[in-house]
Amino acid sequence: MGKFLAVTIIVIAIASAIPVVMHTWEPPADISTHGHLIDSQRDDTMIEAGVSFLAAQILLAIFIWQFAGSKREGKRKTFPGGAKGLVGAALVLVGAEVLALGAFGTKAWATVYFTPPKADAMPIQVQAGQFAFYFRYPGPDGKFGPIHPEMINEGTQNLFGLDPEHDVESRDDIVTAEMAIPVNKEIHLLMHAKDVSHSFYVPALRVHQDFVPGLDLSLHFTATQVGKYEIVCSQLCGLGHYNMRAYLEVMSQADFDDWQKKQAAAQ
Amino acid sequence: MHEVSAAPAAHHGPPTTFIRKHVFSTDHKVIGIQYYHLALVAVVVGMVLSWLMRIHLGWTNAAIPGLQALSANGAPGGVMTPEYYLQLMTMHATIMVFFVLTTAPFAAFGNYFLPIQTGAEDMPFPHFNMMSFWVTLTGFLVLVSAFFVSDGPPLAGWTSYAPLSAIGKAAGPGQGAGQVIWATALGIFCVGQLLGALNFISTVLDMRCKGMTLSRLPVSAWAWFITSCMGLTAFAVLMPACILLILDHVAGTSFFIPSGLVINDQLIPHSGGSTLLWQHLFWFFGHPEVYIAIVPGMGIVTHVLVTNMRRPMLSMKAILYSMWALAFLSYMVYGHHMFVSGMNPFSSLVFSFPTLMITIPSTIVVLIWIGSLYGSQLRINTASLFALGFISMFVSGGVSGFFLAQPSIDIMLHATYFVVGHFHMVMGVAAMFGIFSGTYFWFPKMYGRMMDETLGKIHFWLTFVGTYCIFMPFHYLGWAGNVRRYAAFTDDYLKPLIPLHQFISVAALFTGAVQLIFIYNFINSRFRGAPAPPNPWEGTSLEWIMPSPPPWNNFGGKDPVVYHDAEQYGVKTASGADYIMQNSPEQALPGGDGD
Amino acid sequence: MSKKHVVLAGAVMLAASAVALAGPAGGTVSGKVTYEGTPAKMKPIDMSKEPSCQKMYTTPPTVETVVTGSGNSLQDVVVYISAGAPDDAAPSTAAVFTQKGCRYIPHILAFQVNQEIKIVNEDQTSHNIHPLPKVNREWNKSQPPGTPPISEKYDKAEFIPVKCNVHPWMHGNFAVLKNSHYAITGDGGAFSLGNLPPGKYTVTAWQESYGDQSQEVTISGSETKTVNFVFKAKPY
Repeated sequence: MGKFLAVTIIVIAIASAIPVVMHTWEPPADISTHGHLIDSQRDDTMIEAGVSFLAAQILLAIFIWQFAGSKREGKRKTFPGGAKGLVGAALVLVGAEVLALGAFGTKAWATVYFTPPKADAMPIQVQAGQFAFYFRYPGPDGKFGPIHPEMINEGTQNLFGLDPEHDVESRDDIVTAEMAIPVNKEIHLLMHAKDVSHSFYVPALRVHQDFVPGLDLSLHFTATQVGKYEIVCSQLCGLGHYNMRAYLEVMSQADFDDWQKKQAAAQ
Repeated sequence: MHEVSAAPAAHHGPPTTFIRKHVFSTDHKVIGIQYYHLALVAVVVGMVLSWLMRIHLGWTNAAIPGLQALSANGAPGGVMTPEYYLQLMTMHATIMVFFVLTTAPFAAFGNYFLPIQTGAEDMPFPHFNMMSFWVTLTGFLVLVSAFFVSDGPPLAGWTSYAPLSAIGKAAGPGQGAGQVIWATALGIFCVGQLLGALNFISTVLDMRCKGMTLSRLPVSAWAWFITSCMGLTAFAVLMPACILLILDHVAGTSFFIPSGLVINDQLIPHSGGSTLLWQHLFWFFGHPEVYIAIVPGMGIVTHVLVTNMRRPMLSMKAILYSMWALAFLSYMVYGHHMFVSGMNPFSSLVFSFPTLMITIPSTIVVLIWIGSLYGSQLRINTASLFALGFISMFVSGGVSGFFLAQPSIDIMLHATYFVVGHFHMVMGVAAMFGIFSGTYFWFPKMYGRMMDETLGKIHFWLTFVGTYCIFMPFHYLGWAGNVRRYAAFTDDYLKPLIPLHQFISVAALFTGAVQLIFIYNFINSRFRGAPAPPNPWEGTSLEWIMPSPPPWNNFGGKDPVVYHDAEQYGVKTASGADYIMQNSPEQALPGGDGD
Repeated sequence: MSKKHVVLAGAVMLAASAVALAGPAGGTVSGKVTYEGTPAKMKPIDMSKEPSCQKMYTTPPTVETVVTGSGNSLQDVVVYISAGAPDDAAPSTAAVFTQKGCRYIPHILAFQVNQEIKIVNEDQTSHNIHPLPKVNREWNKSQPPGTPPISEKYDKAEFIPVKCNVHPWMHGNFAVLKNSHYAITGDGGAFSLGNLPPGKYTVTAWQESYGDQSQEVTISGSETKTVNFVFKAKPY
């Protein structure tokens, strides 16, 4: 019975590793300028975690195989090095491992969060509400009109609560349900929550940030590949959570200018 | 600590009526069994909910026969609506975390065995102890009542993030009455656990018998003691958080609701609250809570292993210190749940390092377990199989912590199935394996009859393979970016993952069905099992010196005296046994393989 | 029901049967609803988050809160007798509200107090129907594709906005009315309320963005009276 358990553990450990080694299930390919830092940190961690996982499972299996049901034969063998060796190994090896991971990971994190957006980054506002994202471009004046929460009306599609009658800045604002951005241009995303917590998760962009009601946050990123990608909500926001998404269209600058003109005309 | 003489005064007499004996009993053993049965009922409810969820996730538009009877609005024509999925998910998680993973390994086994293992006749506050169970049961009934209010249970998940949880009815079905019921139930539950924790702590500190120094306490008793210390501080934070949440609903306060929120084109009449305040309060409780679920399991597994390896652990001290380190660190790391929540990004780094540090004590414990197997005379029985399965699961679930501890990687994995896989393996399956191990190990003592080992082993094998088939693929899903808490997978990049979800659903239905073997074995053995001897596993701790089941006053009115720690295995004795019980004055002869 | 109500109801029934004996048709109120000024531009709806609905349109549909027609006419205005006519018993046929292409058809569903309404989901996606009444009982139900129609009733007269909590652009209205004398203006803004026994009536026109207007009208015999409504449109 013990030998059977040992074999089972090894089979499970190896079977679990196969899809990882084969890259069977992967996230959408990275299209951002910072994503490679996250990906390489993730892959390095996978090597360390994978080795720890396989080593522990195989060692467990070997000892079960060897010692299950064994009878006393003279003096008991003790693991070479005893507890001191194991505790020392855990402290030194695992300690070094996690310190290294933590230190390198900090670099990736800092690149995303501690660098300010460039001065010429393009501002786009995103508002998350149950259960859709809406985007706002400031228009030719470069200014976002103020939000009047009491004027929000989904029936008339006044999604941001704009008051163009009184606010001049609001008159040229462009509101869309799709997020179009020019390729290779830094985007400064201003995040606003309309009702509850949501999240802005774009797997292909390696971007993930919660919307916090009452606290407007910002993000910045640059997309390097033209194409259509998905923005999804990852923070449980209510019954339509699973259906809360928008498309991200990364376009050439010329296509983007056309798109913006077309959207402005439709407003 | 020195030789604390413990002549516990007989603070209550034998129960005379049926009600005092089996219902409103102050006997810690009866209370322990009551907790165990509560956990058993709760786990069946929680598992059925997970079945319904898994069917829905595999086959979203399929009608589930009979589901309409449970909720006509939640399942029109038997097809689960998205909100009903989330409501079942919230109830599944709340029931499992609070009423199974906290009650079974901690409150159930702890109540039964902690006083016995310390050599006490009972806990110091038996009436508080009785109250603890009945308050917890009330909490459970209140929680389940959410199924029967008009809008159903809340849908905000077990973490119930504000403001979704605080705004009320406008935020969605179940967010009115259901959410208030949820917060009330947890508030009540906290009271029960605080009373229990107080009793556990004072039992260990004040009620030990003569010779039972702290260093001679069995490891399981230590684990319950550490857990009580965590419970005392963690539940004391959750309870006020729940009260504030209820006030936001019923008293018009705005602890968690900022101004300017709009739902259904209506301005929410609140202002000045903080969304992140709830997250801080919840996770300050929430992270210790996952250790409250797993540390007793570590204690139980160590206790079962040391008995079945017939040798002491390489270093029991290393295990104890590691458990203390886990308990301490669990308060330093809660922010790793909030890396992308809008907390200052600098804090994320501050929380990241202690989180990574948790790997160290966890690795020490695992290495001591594995290293102690070397050279042991491992006895394979259902209890030890589950204990070994626990180690395997703990490792599998633990290594994914490497990823989640790092904020940079968390950008990809936060709120995905990777997280769900991680905590299900560590605090779900591993903790369940701890509970199963403890059940097969202590059932003879608790019920006076042996469990069927053949059925037990079948149960183990199918559960072990089944749970890996369920929860390992969760990691792959999360790796591919599959967001959790989705009632259906409509995103283009998630559609290719649906076959994997269907595989998981089949595995979950199968593994769930396998648990019927356990329930049959449990009930059948309870009434028809072979009578249990006092010490079926040749253990050394004090529970094995008494008859199975023990009399109402544990040691028959006599106070045991302890001479050894609980690790006297693999020794040479005059009688030829390879172990010396804690209360035996006998000393090991030279020539045992411990020398 | 109090005794007084029973007596009143009896009296009403007597009066109604008297009218029925007197003549078949009764009077008619007809007219046209128009606007003056500039109505707001109806914005196009971007359904890109729900591709199964988006692909049903070649050009994106627009918002329907103000629907105008030729000659400054206003469509989707509910014209009804708000006073003077007795309450009618609800008809036995159900009013049907369909969700198709992530829109509500019709945009305004008018029906009587206690009349059955049937809500149908013809889309491939899960919808949520959340009417937001002020005096009636509020409910909020989801309807996954392929599930049976939802059947509901309202027991008080009210104009109720209807939302889908999954698709924020989906917006419609329930007009719950006390009697059977009502009409919804179509293209051209015309309406006609028939079968009115002689009497003095208040005719009310309700437009979801502009509110309501009322006019008094007296019907004697089987004449047709003309009542026109003009709403002030605002560009914002």
